[in-house]
Amino acid sequence: MGRVDDMASEEDSKKQRISKYIDENLKQVFSDLVDDDMPDQIVDLLSVLRAQDQERNTKK
Amino acid sequence: MSNLDPKDELVTHLPALRAFALSLTRNRATADDMMQDTVLKAWSNMSKFQPGTNMRAWLFTILRNNFYTSRRKLNREVADIDNVYAEKLAVKPEHDGRLQMMDFKQAFDQLPDEHREALILVGANGFSYEDAGNMCGVATGTMKSRVSRARNKLSELLSLEDDEALELTDAATMAVVGSPRMPST
Repeated sequence: MGRVDDMASEEDSKKQRISKYIDENLKQVFSDLVDDDMPDQIVDLLSVLRAQDQERNTKK
Repeated sequence: MSNLDPKDELVTHLPALRAFALSLTRNRATADDMMQDTVLKAWSNMSKFQPGTNMRAWLFTILRNNFYTSRRKLNREVADIDNVYAEKLAVKPEHDGRLQMMDFKQAFDQLPDEHREALILVGANGFSYEDAGNMCGVATGTMKSRVSRARNKLSELLSLEDDEALELTDAATMAVVGSPRMPST
């Protein structure tokens, strides 16, 4: 019985290691993408939206 | 809860939002279009955002809904994939973990959209199964099942069940992931 428990425990430990490995790689992949430069079209869009808000507030 | 003006807070989430868009679409042009739509929608509907709730989750939800709606409209079963990940790899320093990271990214790319999304939300962003389920409009159990199946598929693609392979990838991963920028907790 103890041997069966040991095997189950080893299997759980291996699954945990695999999950940890996968999650660490996922975080690395995501982190690399977060570091990507923001595209000009988004930066420009934000400028336009801010300007529109400002214009609206001035008119009020 | 953030003390920032919601529109200022939105800007702080944009790098993560873009990373999520790139993970989903795997194509820069499509990701940027999705992002532009999401920013426009969020900005013009900011009054609907409930302060005290998770803005990142709200933004991710808008983006993923855009993505799936657009994909249904275009009826595109096969994504138009560019080399988003490979480009990032090209600027990384040479080290033992490089090949394994490439393998990982290629394996990740082979997962269905719903599984990639589940792993990115739960595994990379740390959302709870419940929150990720709400964001994707599915039950918590369904989200758990997607994450589990996605991990099993990655494990199979990377032969991680093989003890020797896991030993090798563990060492290589620590070379890549165990940097000060990304502590392995």
